[in-house]
This record gives sequence, structure tokens and C-alpha cells, in this order.
Amino acid sequence: MTQRPTLPPLLMRLPPPPLARPALGLALTAFLRRIAAKKPAILSRLGPYAQARFLLDVSDAPFLLLMQPEARRLTAHARHAPEPGHDAAIRGGLAAFLAMLHGAEDGDALFFSGELQIGGDTSAVLALRNALDDAELDLTEELAGLSGRPLDRWLRRGSALVARKSGLILSRQEVMP
Amino acid sequence: MMELVCPAGTPAALRAAVDAGAHTVYCGFADETNARNFPGLNFSREELAEGVAYAHARGAKVLVAINTFPRAGDQVLWHRAVRDAADLGADAVILADLGLIAHAAEAHPGLRLHLSVQAAAANPDAINFYAEAFGIRRVVLPRVLSVEEITAINREIDVETEVFVFGGLCVMAEGRCSLSSYATGLSPNMNGVCSPASHVAYADVAGNHEARLGDFLIHRTPKGMPVPYPTLCKGCFTSPDGKGDSQTGHIFEDPVSLDATRLIPALQKAGVSALKIEGRQRSRAYVAQVVRAFRAAVEAADQGAPMPEGLLARLTEGQAATTGAYAKTWR
Repeated sequence: MTQRPTLPPLLMRLPPPPLARPALGLALTAFLRRIAAKKPAILSRLGPYAQARFLLDVSDAPFLLLMQPEARRLTAHARHAPEPGHDAAIRGGLAAFLAMLHGAEDGDALFFSGELQIGGDTSAVLALRNALDDAELDLTEELAGLSGRPLDRWLRRGSALVARKSGLILSRQEVMP
Repeated sequence: MMELVCPAGTPAALRAAVDAGAHTVYCGFADETNARNFPGLNFSREELAEGVAYAHARGAKVLVAINTFPRAGDQVLWHRAVRDAADLGADAVILADLGLIAHAAEAHPGLRLHLSVQAAAANPDAINFYAEAFGIRRVVLPRVLSVEEITAINREIDVETEVFVFGGLCVMAEGRCSLSSYATGLSPNMNGVCSPASHVAYADVAGNHEARLGDFLIHRTPKGMPVPYPTLCKGCFTSPDGKGDSQTGHIFEDPVSLDATRLIPALQKAGVSALKIEGRQRSRAYVAQVVRAFRAAVEAADQGAPMPEGLLARLTEGQAATTGAYAKTWR
């Protein structure tokens, strides 16, 4: 298995401040709504699976994420509590999630190698993977767009620096002709 | 130079394939008219029009696979797909069903017709029949032939041949296989799905990953080991060994993918016109990496240079590759 960068373990051990999860949920939902508005093809590609609840278990992140595409809701959930109800789950390290999302790595290859694991409704996972792959997302650009000027420039520079230092894929990978 | 025919399951993958050097891209509509009818995959009419424009502007061709077998009484869905592909500027359609081929030849005489691998035409008589009766211009050969057999077929036919060189490996008589139907009620032939995701379930059981298709356990692998997709013909089964005991193994085929990179010069010598990469269900990252590697390989073959090897092992199912029937050795 490929050795990939992970978030510092300290992040996993820090107890979240009391309002951290609801606040993070609001921010994540706003982010998801922005993406859904800009890329409506994601929802149309999901078809009936837009109603599914996807658990995203980023193993080196302090929270579990629950995404409900049709409701345009993305919420954070504590790891020590019982998992929120879901129809499908994708589990793996942050580096693998980001590499797949940004088109640097193939989702099936990450799955074959065991870096990503799936559970629940396999069709829903497949539909989500295909819809996100077609959307050609760039999380840095989406965050920069959400921040507005002049924060966007600092965010792009910061993202490039973090990507260089950490090895995480934080932007869409272009295919050079 | 041999033509490189590359998969596109989404518009993003189509652009990735063209940008990475595909001579030709093949894709399908988002319904049961094509043999990769997976959730979230394939093209709307509007997306196909945009894809054709993108490819043509960069000198690449677009083929539309309409290669499932129409249900009696529902032919209109397949007829509409052929008509729309022609209207939207597809360079050819890839068909398998005799009735649909007859319809396309009659209703769209200017449309170039390719015979899908799903038609399982594996000998000169069958191929010549399709060519003479319907004007088929190219045949995609089944993945059960050796290089020598392909050479012999090419001597006796006048149409172009296209062969698979990379990706998922079907070892059955394609278009005739009923394994998926047996396990799930759905097949690539009628529904466009082999071992459909709707019937696939993964679970961690006692320290192992288990992959099931319908009611059948197909793979059980220790945690940390590669996890193949549970395709019935590549499953690990336990059966009597004939000596009163049982044996466990891959009865039909190992969970490996085809990689015929090193055979490209031999295939060129055999008279093959086009090399096909399987994988419309794979991501744009896969498409870009594989297409770039194979474009370099066909250019190398054209110049008589040695073939690169082992570049794509990580992308293959089971993380292992085979040359399949092209250079088959019996167990």
C-alpha cells in the first residue's frame, strides 16, 4: 500500500470545543450548497441516489461526515458517539479521499488496494464516485470563491504551501495535452 | 500508427482521454442501450454533442456503443440511440445485435458500423457475414483469441480489427455469458451490467474482507490485501477435488486485468488496426494515465522501439495483470 500523508495525530486527540461540530456543520453545508449550485450535474448524475445518506469516514480526521446530497446537507459527527444512520459509507485516509476527488488517483485503484473501503449500498457509492469525478472539483478554488477578496489569494497561496509541505492533493489535477 | 480507442464514462473522462492523446474515444448513452450501464455514468444527448465537438476540434473521433441486445417490443429505445448518435455527429456506432445492425444499416446508410465484442464474432466466416450483409467496417475481437489466431483471421477478412489491450478481462463468449444473470437476474447483454453494483455487498467478517454478489460469496481476502470486485467468473470457489476432499481456487479466471502492452508489436504485425482500452466505469485519473501510457506505447511500436512495461500495475483489478488469451499458457 502506498505510504500517504496523514493529518497530525494531535488533531485526533484534541477534544472539540462545545460548538465546534454544529459550526463546522453549518460551514460544510454552505460549502456543499455552493458546489451543488455551481455543479448541478452532480445531482442529476446521482439520480435516485441523491436521496441516500453517505457516511464519509476520513480516518485521520477528528469527525465523521454525513452527506445528504438531495437535502444539500453536510454535517460533522463525533467519533466517540454511535455512527449516524447512513445508506452507504466510504472509509479511508484524507490523502486518498483528496487524491480521488481531485482526479489524481483512480477511485477503483484506491479501493482495489484497500486504501478506501466501502460499505452499504454499493450502487450509491458508485453513483457518488462517478458524479464527483465528472464534476472535476477543486476544493481550493471552491474555498477561495467562498472567501472572496482579498482572502482568496492568501487561501490559494496557503493551500499551495500546505500541499507542498504535506503531500496532500488540494487542487484539481489537470491533464496536460 | 495503430489507432488508440479509449474509454469515456463521463464528459470529464472524454476530455481527459482526448487531452492525454486518444485517437478515438468510445462512450454510451445513460441507459440500458450500452454495456456499461452503471449508476452515475454515461452521457445525455447534450453531453454527447458537447463531447463530439470537443473531440473533433482536437482531431479525435467519437464512437458510441449501443451494444446491448434490445428487448422484444422495446426496440424503439435502441433505434432512437442509433438515430441520435448519427444526428449528434458520432463517427461510428458499436453494435452487437443482428436486428439492430440490420436497422442501422437500412435507416442510416451513411453511418459507419463497428461490430461490438458483444457479438462474439471470433472467426472469418462470422465476420465476413456481418461485413457482406450489413457493411460492418470494423470488428472488435473477443478476448479469447491468441495473436496467431488473430493473424489468421486478418488474412481472411477485409474489415478492420480492433483488440483489447488493457483493462477488465472478460474470458467468456461475450454477449452469450449468463453467469451474471444466474446470480442477479441482470446481465451485460440485456441490461448493460455484469455483476451489477446493486447486488454487490462488502463486509468485514472475522478479520477478512468479504465481497458478495447476490447470494454468493465471491471473495474473502485478509484485511490489507487487494480487494477485487466480485465478478462471478473471477471468483474464488470451493469445490470437490474428486478425492473426497475440497479445493478452493479461481475456477474460471484469476481476478486480474489484461495488459497486452508487450504484445503491441505482435498485434501490429498481425494486421490489427486499432487497440482498445477497457474502462468506461473508471475515473478520469485512470483514463488519463492509461491513455498517456498507451499513446507512448503505440508511438514506440510505430518506430520499432521496445515496449514499456509495468507502468500501470496499480490501476489493475487485483493489482495484477495478464496477457490473457493472446499468449495463453494452460495451468
